[in-house]
Amino acid sequence: MLQVSNLSVARGGMTLLCGVDFSLSAGQVLVLRGANGLGKTTLLRCISGLQDSVEGQITAPETVAYSGHADGLKGQMTVLENLVFWASIYHGPSPNVALDAYNLHRLADRPAANLSAGQKRRLGLARLQVSGCALWVMDEPTVSLDVHNVALFRAALNQHVQSGGAAVITTHIDLEHASARVLDLTRFKARGVASSSAFEEALE
Amino acid sequence: MIQLFLRDVGLSVRSGGGFGLALIFFLIVVTLIPFALGPDQSALAVIAPGVLWLGALLACLLSLDRIFGLDFEDGTLDLLATSPLPLEAVYVAKASAHWLTTGLPLSLAAPVLGVLLNLDYETGKILCLSLLLGTPALSLIGAFGASLTLGVKRGGLLLSLLVLPLYVPSLIFGSQAVRLVGQGLEFDVALILLSAISLGAAAILPFASGAALRINLR
Repeated sequence: MLQVSNLSVARGGMTLLCGVDFSLSAGQVLVLRGANGLGKTTLLRCISGLQDSVEGQITAPETVAYSGHADGLKGQMTVLENLVFWASIYHGPSPNVALDAYNLHRLADRPAANLSAGQKRRLGLARLQVSGCALWVMDEPTVSLDVHNVALFRAALNQHVQSGGAAVITTHIDLEHASARVLDLTRFKARGVASSSAFEEALE
Repeated sequence: MIQLFLRDVGLSVRSGGGFGLALIFFLIVVTLIPFALGPDQSALAVIAPGVLWLGALLACLLSLDRIFGLDFEDGTLDLLATSPLPLEAVYVAKASAHWLTTGLPLSLAAPVLGVLLNLDYETGKILCLSLLLGTPALSLIGAFGASLTLGVKRGGLLLSLLVLPLYVPSLIFGSQAVRLVGQGLEFDVALILLSAISLGAAAILPFASGAALRINLR
């Protein structure tokens, strides 16, 4: 489902990772680890197509469900309206399953602005379910979740993987997931190689 | 795309959306002009087309940075960029929503406020028509400028500097059409050119804006 070969990624003109190689097939979870600032987020942004890589190849499905540091929620809209909106953008399944999975039914009619940080994150994760995408690309999905809600996330991830999905996740906690492989990115760390300037990149 | 359009319209009407901002600004400008220039009715009628067009243009400028800025800040734009919706469609949806919530109300309010500037009924009709034809260009060019200045913190100044020169042709032809009606002359050409600017912007800018968004999201 996802094939990454000899990939180099850069941020702000600094090459962060080079020679990254991995592949992921349906039913697998890949956990990326590494210190802060190593380039995990940049790698995920490349995989989701938000950013171009410096060199190397990425073979990914045309649309992936990306979840970044920000949840992309509209505070003036209710929980349900947020989910319905994203479901319609992705032509995904109805939001009921996602509301169940993250125990959001009670909050469905609350404006998203009134949610706590953990509740917002749950709503952000529920968005992945209504996307209907096979590949989930998640950047620190468990931030601000408590133990109980991490368990909900794990269950949702299991469900997704068992139905033929896959996920790339960066996280600092132990996911304890049976089909999860851990890839430590430290060995791909680039050593101070400056890439071409952003201006040259834009010209290419 | 229609869902994004409806969402943007809905958000701008809800609290904190800034729907009334442009309209109130327009109202303030137009009501203050007679106080500033004195009650000479014939003088007011002469400057009315220019003032009304200029007021509408500046009112339109006020809300431009919200078009993409809010979605950029809360991460929605990243998610839209990874969704099946192309960024060109995101631009079209957002520019149309901006027009519906600023350009259209401004066009409809202009002939009513024109009464304050001694604008007669016939000229008011053409003013409304010229704004209806011209304001789409303002929203389209403005949204393009907003996509260029995305990610620049407090980019309002840069946005205005970029966008205002591009607004000049619409302003010239729009106010000229209304002035010509006042003088009882043919005004078709000005209106046609005004529509041409809007149509040209609608044809070209989605692609330019899509490219600008892609670069700024990196």
